Amino acid sequence: MGVIEGKFEENVVITSLDWIFNWARSSSPWPLSFGLACCAIEMMATGAARYDLARFGAEVFRGSPRQADVMIVAGTVSLKMASRLKRLYDQMASPKYVISMGSCANKGGPYWKYGYHVLKGVDLVVPVDVYVPGCPPRPESLIEGILKLQQKIRNETIARKGKEGTA
Amino acid sequence: MIPQEIAALLAESFGGKVLESNPDALMAWSAVEPSSLFEVCRFFRTDSRLDMDHLELLGGADYKDRIEVVYILYSMKHHHRYTIKCRLPRQAPAVQTVESLWSVANWHEREAYDMFGIVFEGHSDLRRILCPDDWEGYPLRKDYVLPTSYHDMPV
Repeated sequence: MGVIEGKFEENVVITSLDWIFNWARSSSPWPLSFGLACCAIEMMATGAARYDLARFGAEVFRGSPRQADVMIVAGTVSLKMASRLKRLYDQMASPKYVISMGSCANKGGPYWKYGYHVLKGVDLVVPVDVYVPGCPPRPESLIEGILKLQQKIRNETIARKGKEGTA
Repeated sequence: MIPQEIAALLAESFGGKVLESNPDALMAWSAVEPSSLFEVCRFFRTDSRLDMDHLELLGGADYKDRIEVVYILYSMKHHHRYTIKCRLPRQAPAVQTVESLWSVANWHEREAYDMFGIVFEGHSDLRRILCPDDWEGYPLRKDYVLPTSYHDMPV
């Protein structure tokens, strides 16, 4: 993130600062409540009592993109929705992350060949951090995706600007 | 009423306007002249013997040489069901709206317009309902060419 970028000599050790930032960010990745199709049902199940996403700090589904850290694209992204999705992503505050959940969001899924109205992969519109395969993925898979995302956040450093808008 | 009786009643009331009937089909149907479609629908809606107060489905179908509009009607009172079909030319298909008889037809007609390009004359708000407003073509037509991109997004 640009806050301390360029303010220190090179090789200044900032690992403790990194650790505290990454710990805070990875411990509470608040998702945007945003469901597009049947994957959203699995996402809701993941957030509910049986699978209890609160164990990983990601249970606070926010109604506003400005309060959310991670966008879980759960379902088929139609072309009409794609521009809205991009706008929601732009409204999220940095650092922000995207989990592409299910085959439709990953690559168009069953609409790959004849889906005239379906975006063939949400990565054409927003940068994706974690892809969760499945149709739809079970809650365990989504939890695995969130754990992978947390792993990714823990390896970030604030000294280096990551991909556009994340670090 | 059983489908055979409905078909007979329709033939008796409208005679030559009924192009073809098949009351023995699984979904009994009659095809009527596009010009008299509204009158037929009003007859089905208001006649006390029929009293079709529920428009179950309004859809389109592309048969390559023609486009059809299909109306499936149901009576909550008499528990009978009947299908009306209306054959339209493929070039500029248009038929009168039945919005004033069943209000649900508003959205159904918008969908048929969106997917098949059927124009419903007299409709209060004939816009696309599923596709974006600036979409080109009618996706469920047999000769629809899949778009390659939409607003710089590859399809």
